[in-house]
Amino acid sequence: MATVNATNDVHGDDPSRRDFIHIAAASAAVGGVAVTLWPFIDQMNPAGDTLALASIEYDLSKVIEGMQATVKWRGKPVFVRHRTAKEIAEAVAADNEPMRDPAKDATRHKEGKSEWLILVGVCTHLGCVPNFGTGDYGGWFCPCHGSVYDTSGRIRKGPAPLNLEVPDYEFVSDTKVKIG
Amino acid sequence: MSGHSTYEPKTGIERWLDARLPIIRLGYDSVIAYPTPKNLNYWWTFGGILSVCLVLQIVTGVVLAMHYIPHGDLAFASVERIMRDVNHGWMIRYLHANGASMFFLAVYVHMARGLYYGSYKEPREVLWILGCVIYLLMMATAFMGYVLPWGQMSFYGAVVITNFFSALDQVIPGLGSAITTWLWGGFAVDNPTLNRFFSLHYLLPFVIAGVVGLHIWALHVPGNNNPTGVSVKSKDDVVPFHPYYTVKDGFAIVVFLILLSWFVFFAPDALGHADNYVQANPLQTPNHIVPEWYFLPFYAMLRAVPQKLAGVLIMFGSIALLFATPWLDWAKVRSMRYRPTARWFFIIFIVAVLILGWCGGKLPDDVIIPMGKNPDGSPTGFSVVHLSRILTAYYYAYFLLVLPFVKNFEQTLPVPDSISAPVLTEKKG
Ligand code: HEM
Ligand code: FES
Repeated sequence: MATVNATNDVHGDDPSRRDFIHIAAASAAVGGVAVTLWPFIDQMNPAGDTLALASIEYDLSKVIEGMQATVKWRGKPVFVRHRTAKEIAEAVAADNEPMRDPAKDATRHKEGKSEWLILVGVCTHLGCVPNFGTGDYGGWFCPCHGSVYDTSGRIRKGPAPLNLEVPDYEFVSDTKVKIG
Repeated sequence: MSGHSTYEPKTGIERWLDARLPIIRLGYDSVIAYPTPKNLNYWWTFGGILSVCLVLQIVTGVVLAMHYIPHGDLAFASVERIMRDVNHGWMIRYLHANGASMFFLAVYVHMARGLYYGSYKEPREVLWILGCVIYLLMMATAFMGYVLPWGQMSFYGAVVITNFFSALDQVIPGLGSAITTWLWGGFAVDNPTLNRFFSLHYLLPFVIAGVVGLHIWALHVPGNNNPTGVSVKSKDDVVPFHPYYTVKDGFAIVVFLILLSWFVFFAPDALGHADNYVQANPLQTPNHIVPEWYFLPFYAMLRAVPQKLAGVLIMFGSIALLFATPWLDWAKVRSMRYRPTARWFFIIFIVAVLILGWCGGKLPDDVIIPMGKNPDGSPTGFSVVHLSRILTAYYYAYFLLVLPFVKNFEQTLPVPDSISAPVLTEKKG
C-alpha cells in the first residue's frame, strides 16, 4: 500500500479498493472469532436446569420462637428466623443509629410479620455463612473475617459492605412461605 | 540455546536425526554443555527442585484422576476411597497434597533468591516476569486442586476466593455478581463449579509446563545470574552444566525429597486442616476458616483492610508489584551482597512476610498486646489486624520506596571485576 496513487499502473492497483478488501476481511475475521468465542464463554453461565430451580415452599411452624432454620434455595442457605419480642425491639431501637447500609427494620420483613425475618444466609463480604445468635449485636457473626450483623440482619461491624439480602418471598398461608 | 552449539553427533543415527529434528542437540546444549557461572551456591538449586515438583504433581495427579470423581455428591467419598481402598492411594494422595506444599516452599525460596541477588534486573526482566506468571498459575492450580476433595475447607475456600470478584459490584453494580455467577455456573458454589475446577486443575499444570519452557529459554539467552551479580566476562567464569550442576542440583533434589518424604510418611496432615475431612456443607461455615499456609500472607493483607474492594485490591496489588519489580529497583549493583543497606531492608522484608503469614492464620481480633478490656471483659489492644496493617505497609514500602530510592543513601561495597576475581583473590565469596 506504499504506492499510494501511483497512476493506474501494471495491476491497476486502486489503493482504496485494496484497503476496503483488507478491512472487510479483517472485520469478518474478528466478527467470526467473536461469534465463535461467545458460546465458549457463555457455556459457563448457569445451565437451564440450574435456572429452573426457581422457588421452594417452607412450613414456618417448624421454627420455634428464638430459633432459626436454614433452608437451601438455589444452592444458597436461606435463614428463616423466628425473632423474639426483645430481638425485634432491639432492631427497631437501632433504626436511627449510623450504619454502613442504613435500613429501617420495618423494610426487612413483611408487614405485620415482624417476628419472621427471612434472609439469604450469605455474608455480603466474601460469601461465608454467618453464625446464628453470635456477635456483639445478637444477630449473626461471620466466622470468616468477622462481619457482625444485628437482629435485623444489618451490617454493623467488620468488612462486609451490605446488609444480609432479603430474598423474594411471600406468605402463601399464615404458616407457609414461598421463597423465590 | 544461545551461542554456538558444541554438539557433535557421534553415531549415524544421531547424525540422521540431527539433520531432521535437532532435539538431542537441544538437550545437549541446554543441560550438558550449557555454560554456567562457576560460583552458584545452593540457592540456585531450587530451579531444578521446582522442575521435579512439577513432574511429581503431574504424575501423582494423573493417577489420582483415575480414581477421583468430580461430582458434588461423590467427590468427597471418592477421595476417601483413594485413601482407604485404592492400592497405595493414600501415599499417592499424600504425595500430591504435600507435594503442592513443597512446590510452594521451593518457589518462595527461588523467588527470594531472585530478589536478593537482583536476578530480575536487566537483562533478565522477561525471565523474571515469566517466573511471576508461573507463580500465578501455580496459585490458581493449587486453589482449584484444594477444592476437589470437597471438604469444608475446600468449599469455603472456593466461596471466599471466587467472591473476590464480587467486590467489582462496588465499581460497576452488577458486574461482580455477573462474574461470580459465571464462575460458579449457578447462584452459589456447587456441582458445576467443582466440575469446571477439575477440568482446569487438570489443564493448568500443562500450561505451567509450557511457560516453564519459555522461562528456561529466557534463562539461556542471557545466562544465569550468580551470587556476585557480576556478568560472565570470560570462559574462566563458567563451567559446563554437566557434571558440575547436574550433581549439585541432584544432591539438593535428594535432600528436598527427604523433606517431602518426611511429611508424607510421618506428618501427612500437618500442613492440612482437620475440617477438610468433613464433607462440604453449604449451610454451615466452619468456625475458623484459613487458606493453605502458602496463601496466608496474602490472606492477612486482605483482612488488614476493613473495606471490601480495597482489601481485594491490596491483596492483588501485592502480586502485581512482583511483576513490576524490574522497573522499581533503580540501583545499579545487582547483588545485595554488595548492598549493605538494601540487604537489611530485604531481611526485614522476608521477616515481615513470614509474620504476615502468621497473622493470616490467627483470628483478626486476636490481641497481641493487651491494652484494657472491652465492656464484656474480653481484652482489647494491639491486635492481629493492627500488626497486619503495619506489615502490609512495609511490604508495599519495600517495593515502592526502598527498591527505587535506597541507592541514594547507600554506600555499596566494592564489586569484584569478574566472577573469577573474588574466587582467586579472596578466601570466601
Ligand atoms: C502444578 C501442579 C499441581 C498442583 C500445585 C496441585 C495441587 C493440588 C492440591 C493442593 C490438591 C488438594 C490436595 C488435598 O488436600 O487433597 C490437589 C488435588 C487433586 N489434584 Fe492436583 N495439583 C497439580 C497438578 C495436578 C494434575 C496435573 C492433576 C491431574 C492430571 C491433578 C489432579 C488432582 C486430583 C484428581 C485431586 C483431588 C484428589 C485429592 O484431593 O487428593 N493435579 N491438587
Ligand atoms: S465472608 Fe463474612 S466476613 Fe468475610
